[in-house]
Parts: sequence; structure tokens; C-alpha cells
Amino acid sequence: MAYSFPEEVLEHVFSFLSSDRDRNAVSLVCKSWYDIERWCRRRIFVGNCYAVSPEIVIRRFPELRAVEMKGKPHFADFNLVPEGWGAYAYPWIAAMEEAYPFLEEIKLKRMVVTDESLELISKSYKSFKVLVLTSCEGFTTDGLASIAANCRHLRELDLRESEVEDLSGHWLSHFPDSCTSLVSLNMSCLGSEVSFCALERLVARSPNLRTLRLNRAVPLERLANLIRRAPQLVELGTGAYSAEIRSDTFSNLADAFSACKQLKALSGFWDVVPSYLPAMYSVCSGITSLNLSYAAIPSSDLVKLISQCQNLQRLWVLDYIEDSGLDALAASCKDLQELRVFPSDPFGAEPNVSLTEQGLVSVSEGCPKLESVLYFCRQMSNAALIAIAKNRPNFIRFRLCIIDPQAPDYLTLEPLDAGFGAIVEKCKELRRLSMTGLLTDRVFKYIGSHAKKLEMLSIAFAGDSDLGLHHVLSGCDSLRKLEIRDCPFGDKALLANAAKLETMRSLWMSSCSVSFGACKLLAQKMPRLNVEVIDERGPPDSRPEGCSVERAYVYRTVASRQRLDMPDFVWTHDEDSSLRYS
Amino acid sequence: MGTKHDENRLEYEETELRLGLPGGSLKREFSQTIDLKLNLNASMASSSSPHHQQEKITAKPPAKAQVVGWPPVRSFRKNTLAVQKDGCGGESGTAAAFIKVSLDGAPYLRKVDLKMYNSYQQLSEALGKMFTSSTIGDCGVKELMSESKLIDLLNGSDYVPTYQDKDGDWMLVGDVPWGMFVGSCKRLRIMKSSEAIGLAPRAVEKCKNRA
Repeated sequence: MAYSFPEEVLEHVFSFLSSDRDRNAVSLVCKSWYDIERWCRRRIFVGNCYAVSPEIVIRRFPELRAVEMKGKPHFADFNLVPEGWGAYAYPWIAAMEEAYPFLEEIKLKRMVVTDESLELISKSYKSFKVLVLTSCEGFTTDGLASIAANCRHLRELDLRESEVEDLSGHWLSHFPDSCTSLVSLNMSCLGSEVSFCALERLVARSPNLRTLRLNRAVPLERLANLIRRAPQLVELGTGAYSAEIRSDTFSNLADAFSACKQLKALSGFWDVVPSYLPAMYSVCSGITSLNLSYAAIPSSDLVKLISQCQNLQRLWVLDYIEDSGLDALAASCKDLQELRVFPSDPFGAEPNVSLTEQGLVSVSEGCPKLESVLYFCRQMSNAALIAIAKNRPNFIRFRLCIIDPQAPDYLTLEPLDAGFGAIVEKCKELRRLSMTGLLTDRVFKYIGSHAKKLEMLSIAFAGDSDLGLHHVLSGCDSLRKLEIRDCPFGDKALLANAAKLETMRSLWMSSCSVSFGACKLLAQKMPRLNVEVIDERGPPDSRPEGCSVERAYVYRTVASRQRLDMPDFVWTHDEDSSLRYS
Repeated sequence: MGTKHDENRLEYEETELRLGLPGGSLKREFSQTIDLKLNLNASMASSSSPHHQQEKITAKPPAKAQVVGWPPVRSFRKNTLAVQKDGCGGESGTAAAFIKVSLDGAPYLRKVDLKMYNSYQQLSEALGKMFTSSTIGDCGVKELMSESKLIDLLNGSDYVPTYQDKDGDWMLVGDVPWGMFVGSCKRLRIMKSSEAIGLAPRAVEKCKNRA
């Protein structure tokens, strides 16, 4: 056996490794490295809360300071996962309370968090600093009050897009006068009005405050005073951006903005009155991130604003920007890296704005650093996609959503296979892809052949047969997450590629052609895959085995496959009897 | 796992027995999905009666058909947009949108169909032509209709374009996107700035002091 350095030296060396991948690799070298590494790991990321259990985590990593975890699958965002499916934070919080008295950070995404959990967090950890809850639900403003009142050294409280039961704005007043440590506060998802006095005093006594995202209930007239108390802000989310047009309100606001020399990111802008947008012009040249995705601003005013932001790197905007606005964006913002265009009227039968594939083509032509796109539109052509692929071979994320999910190329009426084929062929670094439109098995053949770095793929209403799914599972070497809805993919491809599924985080298939029999078989064949059948029609064995299940969620796990919090519409393999699903 | 072998087997498309839902072609038609969703998921909100839904299966599916989770917009975003679009529920539809237009000082009112235009610019040109014979002439109307800032509007012009929305409130023209404006505008009034005091008193005064 080779003798290596003393433990302390190795520990010191490992302390320079921050990436999970590196640390995981280190722990595979030999038993002693595994042991040393696990004692000095301080941060973990669990991509699927059911892939592992709290006990296993605590046993392996006894000295954690930061835990980041994700719960429900991505399609839960679009109501495809029934209420009560799972992803409860409480068991984790309760288990960690004893194990990690020095825990400082908890970051959760798509999990159910209760007021009880929040109260437990606030009382268990003496040096708790960071709480980030992204797209979570299950808690009320009472839970927030516990956090505010008890976490003496709180640095970050970030509630991005969580669904909070808003009982009142009173929670904010629970921050004690002695709390001066805030660095980041994001309350943009809340509805109620907080006490403006309490908010102003909190901001005034937080010299390290860098991020402040207000909610809609904070009126524009109050914004100037708040900003004035925090000229060091780097990220600001406004409240409602509307007021009666008064020149004193305007000049007050403009003055306050001009004092913020470090501002890089802006968001909020509910109920915008365009006349007030020029109040921000003094900071525009420093802005790198602009989220206007809740702002109904006409294209002409958007253009005026955007052309002031020469250093813009990220823009989220509604389709009111139209093709003309995107042309202007392409001309002014040469540093643009990420663009997201959301639909203002997603359920309308007719287009309400003049936004087409042309806008995306312009931006792909004009912005050499563009690497990440989310684009909602109502028409697309192969020609446009091919042009986009040629212009921007550096795409990392490409998500296209055509409102009519089976829309063909509107010029030739052909499927969009060639277009998306060009994207995967030219964009060799593509890590994430979402497709819509009329698509046959051919596009999946292209994806399987070319998309070697693809990690996440989202498919809807596409393909002709199992061959499509087979191409993806057998060809995409880096695939980690695959989510499919309403495609004619079924048993054969799944069973033929069973081993592949263990190399991925998860596979979601809803409204496809996966039978209950295949699910049972898959679970029997692969003991470390949990095959969840999520079906609200009652027990799967009350229907013929060949009948398709509503949803199948397959994920690798080292925890028990019979999770204790399963609701009555979820079935998994029964470990006791390999022939029966319980 | 013998994937190569499996791939060969999978290519016998024509002769293979395929798994699929009973009674349909293997390819999932969008319209079939609508039908299935309504049958399986009773809790999903559906505005169509079952009879109406039958008719939809054979026709090209309208974009308005309520399929669960489509388009993929998070509820958070949907709810926020819905609240902001409060004033323009009747936006879709192809019916004409004739509204009365009054110009202070003109002898009579006119009517315009807002659906004939695609932008504030086009509307202002049309109104300009319409009111050529009245006191202010073309230029005044065009200038004031193409700007959304009240202060700019009042610079060098004696008129302010306003409209009455669905709630009965008088609003300044130009603040909202064109589509939203068409959906919520009930009548248009191009008022003299002296009458616009109620809208923005200090702004008006400031301009008068400047001029």
C-alpha cells in the first residue's frame, strides 16, 4: 500500500476542491481518501431528494454546513404532477437538526416546506445564514416570521417564485433591530403589503445589502426612499412601477437611481407606466441583467430602454417586444448571453403581437455571445432554425416553445426535423434542449447521433414510435434528465435501454404508451431504479397489464424503493414479492 | 444489454406489433390528447361540453383548447399576466371595434374601428386625416398621438389624447401595448391641455412655465 501524506495535509489539499464532481472523484481513489474527504465535505447537492435518504447522507457526511436539494420533477411546474406526490422537506430538516448543529445554508427547489419546518430551522441552528426556497410551497408568512425573528445572523432570505400562503405582511416586522447582517432579500412572490417603515428601517440598518427584490405591493412612490438607503445595491427588484405622472415623483426616483453606482440587475416592473422608465436611464449602462417578464411595455418603449443598456448580458422579456424590438436588441446589445421571451397571451387563439421566428433569427445573427435561449412563438420554419444554428454554434441551452405543439414548418408544412437536426449538429456544446412542433422519429435519430453533450431533453407531442425514444437513450452519452409528455413511446425502447436509466438522474413519461407490465419488469430487472407509476385512476392491477399508465417516473436511488410518504396514487415495486405490485 | 441487436430488431417497422392506446393510430394526435385528458382527469377545468368536444376531435385543434400544462408557462407567471390583463378580456375575436372619437373644439364626433390599425402610429395618421378640416390640422394630432410621455406631449402642443376604458376611467393614450389598448378602449377624447389639469396638474404647469 502506498503511503500518502498525513491526513491533515490531504484535508488541506481537498479544501481547495469546491466542485462536487471533483470531490466525488477524489473519494473514489481509495478508502482512506474516501474517509478523509467525507469528514471535510461542507456542501452537498442532492438533485433528487428521493435518490438518497437523510440517514445515508448524515452517516457519510457528518460535518456539513450547506445543503442544496431538489424535489419534484421539472414538469411539476406545469401541473403534470398531482398534488400530494411528495418532496417533503420536513423529514430532512428534522434529521439534520440533530446531526448538523452548525448548519448555515439550506437551498431547496420544488419541495413542500411547512411552517413547522421553517420554525425548526429557525430554532435549530445558531449560525444559520442562508435560506433559498425556489418554486417551493406549503408554507405561510407565519413561517417567514419565525425565520425573521430567530435567525440572528441571517444573510439571505430568497423566496423565488414560491407559492406562499400570504396571511399578512407582518412577518417582516419580526426582524429584530439587532439584525444587521442581511445581504439578500427576495420577497417578490408575496402578495401582501409589508410595513413600509419596517422595510425602510431594515434596509437602512443592513450595510451589506446587495440584493433587494420587492413585491408588487410596494408602490413606486416608496421606491426612491428605499433605494436612497441602499446605494450599494447590486440587484434591485422594484414593486409596482406605476404612479400618477408627477414630476416630483419622477425626479425623486431619477435622483435615487443615479446614486446607485453598483447596480447590475433589475427586475419587478409590475403594472409599468412607461413614462417612468427614463428615471432609470442613469444606471442602464451598468446593467447586465434585466427581467421585464412581468412588464407590459409597448415595443417602442422597450427599445428605448434596451438601447441604453449596452452591457446587457441577460434579458427576460414578454413578447410585446416583437420582432422589431428584437432587431434593436441585436443591434445594441453585443454582450447578450441569455434571452428569454415569454408569451403575453399564451391561451389566445390568434397572435396578439408581431413576434415571429424572425426575431430569434435577428438576435442569433447580431449577438455573438448568445448561448442560452427560451423562446415562445407561434410559428417556426426549418429555414429559420438552420440559420440560427449556423449563426450560433455556441448555444448551450436552446428551448423553443411553439404555442401550437404540433405546428409544422409554416412555409413548407413539413416537420421541423431538419431544423432541430441542424441545431444539434452545429451546436456541439448543447447541454439542454426543449423542442416543439411537428416532429417525427427522424429528429430523434439526429439527436442520438449528434447531441453527445446533451444533459437535459424535454419532448412533447413528438415522434412516431419507440424508435424515437430508442435513438435518444442509446445515443445521448451525457443524458441526465429526460422528460417526455404525450409521445407514442413505450415499452420496447424503455426495456431495451434499462441500463442507461441508471446512468441518468431521472426519466419522466406522461401520457405515453408505457404499460404497467413494462414498469414491473423494469423494476425487477433494475434493483437500483425506482419505477413510480403515478396514476389517478386507481390500482394499476385493476386494469389489463398492457394498459398504458398515466405517468411513469423512473429514477436511480440508493434509498428504499418504497418511500414512506407515497400517496395512494403512486405504485412502486414491492420488495417482498417480485411478482406483485402493492 | 445487447443494444445493437435490439436496434436491428426495432427496425422491422412494418411487421411489428406496436403498443399503443386502443382504437387510435400510434402517433399521438393533439386532438386525441384533448379528448383523453377530459376523460381521464375529471378535476381539470374544461369549458367545452362533451358534445362540443366530440366535434373538435376531427377538426384541427384550436389553440384555445385546454390541455393540461400547455403551453408550458408556470402558474406563477400565468396568474400575474391574468391580473394585468384585467381590462382587456374581450381582446380576441374578429368583430370590429368602433369607438367614438371626440376632438375638443371640433364641430362633430367621428367613429373609428380600432381593429383596422396595428399601432398607435397608424391610428394617429388616420385621425390626422379625419380631423384635417378642424381647428388644429394634421401635425398637432400626429405628434401627440405618437408619444407616450405626457411631458413630451404637452411640449408645443395644446392637446392631450385620452381614452375611457372598460372601468369608466379616463386614461392617457400610449401607456399600454397596442393590443391591450384596443381591448380596453371604449371611447377616445382628444382634449385641450387646459382641460387636462385633472390628469397631471404639476406636469401641465411645469410645461406652461417652460414654454
